[in-house]
Amino acid sequence: MEHLTIDIAHVLAGALVLTSFMLLYQDRLSGLINIYTLHAVILSMSVAWQAYYQDAPHLYVTAAIAAIFKALIIPFSLRRIIERLGVHRTVEVVGGVGITMLIGIFLVALSLVVMLPATASADPLAREDIAFALAIVLLGLLMMVTRRNAVSQIIGFMSLENGLILAAAGAKGMPLVVEISVAFSILIAFIVIGIFLFRIRERFDNVDLFELDRARGERP
Amino acid sequence: MPLYLALTCISALLAVGVYAIVDRRNPDISRNVYRLCIALCSILFLAAAMPRGANVLSTTLPFGLPWLGMHFRIDVLSAFFLAVVNLGGAAASAYAIGYGAHEKEPMRVLPFYPAFLAGMNMVVLADDAFSFLVAWEFMSLASWALVLTHHHDAENRRAGFVYLLMASFGGFALLMAFGVLGGIEGAYDFASIRESTKEGWKTGLVLALALVGMGSKAGLAPLHIWLPLAHPAAPSHVSALMSGVMTKVAIYGFIRVVFDLLGPPAFWWSIEPLTFGAASALIGVLFATIQSDLKKLLAYSTIENIGVIFIALGLALAFKANGLALPAALAFTAALFHVFNHSLFKSLLFFGAGAVLGGSGERNIERLGGLIHSMPKTAFLFLGGCVAISALPPLNGFVSEWMVFQAILLSPSLPQWTVKLLVPAVGVALALSAALGAGCYIRAYGVAFLGRPRSDSARTAKDPDRWSIGAMAALLTLCLLAGLLPSLVIDTISPAARDFVGGRMPTQAELSWLSIAPVAESRSSYNGLLVFIFILFSAYSARWVIHKFGSTRSRRAPAWDCGYIETSPTTQYTGSSFAQPIRRTLGVIAFSVKERLDMPAPGDIRAARLNVEIKDRIFDYLYAPLTRAVETCASSLNILSLLTIQEYLALVFAALVFLLVLVAI
Repeated sequence: MEHLTIDIAHVLAGALVLTSFMLLYQDRLSGLINIYTLHAVILSMSVAWQAYYQDAPHLYVTAAIAAIFKALIIPFSLRRIIERLGVHRTVEVVGGVGITMLIGIFLVALSLVVMLPATASADPLAREDIAFALAIVLLGLLMMVTRRNAVSQIIGFMSLENGLILAAAGAKGMPLVVEISVAFSILIAFIVIGIFLFRIRERFDNVDLFELDRARGERP
Repeated sequence: MPLYLALTCISALLAVGVYAIVDRRNPDISRNVYRLCIALCSILFLAAAMPRGANVLSTTLPFGLPWLGMHFRIDVLSAFFLAVVNLGGAAASAYAIGYGAHEKEPMRVLPFYPAFLAGMNMVVLADDAFSFLVAWEFMSLASWALVLTHHHDAENRRAGFVYLLMASFGGFALLMAFGVLGGIEGAYDFASIRESTKEGWKTGLVLALALVGMGSKAGLAPLHIWLPLAHPAAPSHVSALMSGVMTKVAIYGFIRVVFDLLGPPAFWWSIEPLTFGAASALIGVLFATIQSDLKKLLAYSTIENIGVIFIALGLALAFKANGLALPAALAFTAALFHVFNHSLFKSLLFFGAGAVLGGSGERNIERLGGLIHSMPKTAFLFLGGCVAISALPPLNGFVSEWMVFQAILLSPSLPQWTVKLLVPAVGVALALSAALGAGCYIRAYGVAFLGRPRSDSARTAKDPDRWSIGAMAALLTLCLLAGLLPSLVIDTISPAARDFVGGRMPTQAELSWLSIAPVAESRSSYNGLLVFIFILFSAYSARWVIHKFGSTRSRRAPAWDCGYIETSPTTQYTGSSFAQPIRRTLGVIAFSVKERLDMPAPGDIRAARLNVEIKDRIFDYLYAPLTRAVETCASSLNILSLLTIQEYLALVFAALVFLLVLVAI
């Protein structure tokens, strides 16, 4: 039974990493939002499983927050944003997907190599989870670095934050207040970035970051 | 008791600075501030001379770092330097009562001047690294503000910038030096630094850092570049203080760190002070010889004298390391004696330069001339200063330089070949610089004070007021007294030599007829009084003979003009003409002189021109590449401020991955 519990947790965390790879690969904006919804659903399942395993009822609240905000509200509003911006059919030009995927694999390996020795004395469940969480954070960062479109950068940022929640859920004794405040700050960041997107769009008729650089006078 | 008195006076000096700001509407403020400074400096001088009962007095005040406090301490060395600082301070304040009255913007001087004095006094009394550095930086910043008094002039602003740069560089080096001395445990009071054990690499590092840190303030070549810029920029009484006194505070710091805190020396410690001292002496005197700006000339001459002092200190280190107590004491005493002397005559000369500047509005000796008629008192006092600094008997400059040479003559007793070979070379450099120094002052005095006036301002120049003349006369009297009665000064310094190099010179007061004998009377001795009497006697008898047998009628007539009809004063031999042989012979090596003759074509009636361009090689080969390197680095980092959002993210990402890889490995 013990093994099964841990295995289920690992399957969920691994699925989260896999979804991160899908985010990295997907170049259609609407597809990207769908995958992000999947990412959030898996996260809330993973947290709920942790709540069950650790017998910590406050983690159910975290799981619920993740499900409601990240799997429902944010994808819904993102979809509305891209429709209103008129970019929902945009296919983003992502150069060198193969290389990006290779770098992603390297990052996952790196986080395993770093985290497993560092948390040798920890609970086996938390160990693997934290290693996976670091991988998700790094993949989110990688996505932010490789994408040019502001919407996909937001999604990268959100997936990065999901990784943080996963790590937090794995660590026992994380107070609920911290999780809620993180969730809310993400929401606020989302709102702020959303407003900025519209402002950028009003000004430059585009949400491509190249336009921003051109406005700063650095690119001809 | 003397220590608390001194500390009270220092806080009173700070209070005078505040008073100058508060009472700035008062028309008499300048006079009041300088009077208060004279009074406080005199009390501090007395505090230094006061019998201390115990050899060392120390106290801890509950300011500063919470676990450290501020330690203050007075011992023989501090007392000596306290006396030097406050003698110079009192003289400069007295001079400034007259000189400062003409200051257009007194509020740019008055608040900082007492603070500067207080800073220098605090450095001398500090007994932990923290207080030392705070006082040191305080002194630097106050003097920087004083350099910027006439900040409307772009040249002065540049001088201020270079000074600030060098001061912060030096301060940084000192911070590192004390960091190494204090060690990881952070024992920053001097008492625990003294007791701690130092490994070999540590002493070498601290020695180099101390030489850089103190040397940049003292004006040791190649860190001297700020002196010739900053000294002309500051008002004259401030330049006198900076040149005559502040550089001595830096020497105090060097002695404190190297002779006291670092413990027993090794012989190789002497190599750096000897080499850099000799380089400073030569570079200083060569540049002084070709300068035509009077204050710049004095600044370069300061560099030369600092070189002499460092040479003496290097010798003291070499002798002390080999356990030769008597020669070490001789060299150490010579260094301190020269510190005292230089503070006297350099202040006197800067006062004289200030009087010339105030009286005629000119600093350039090429536009002066004949001042001996328009400013007779200043001319006499300046001549005295020139004689003293040129190391001519019977004035004080001779005694200390003679003692340095005596110490050099004892160098064959050193066992190490390195030093044995180095010291004679240094001695030759010293002799050369002494001779060139005399030539430099003959030129300065001859061109500025003798001959005929080269401009109207030189013709109509006036002697300064009584206070200024009084301050100069007092300094000249002290120069003469120190030259005639050197035994008194030597016996005052001897206890410091006993404490710091472990030996002392024979008590000089016991010798008959006020003569001094550095090693033994059979070897060499000097009697200033005898020389003085001889000079007086021969001069008066020559005068008597001439007046007795010569013509009694005297008349004043124009100089013979070689038959030419009109001789303008500009046809006189100029300062550049005097300097030309030196410039020609050493120009290529030392100065990188470029002379260009612009001769008009035949038939052209334009005047021919000779352009002389003089550059400092140190500036070109040491500082210019450094500046370029810093600029290149800065401008290549500039790209970082113009990246796109993605590139910033990539940068952060790369840094994160790099650190993670480091952890993984």
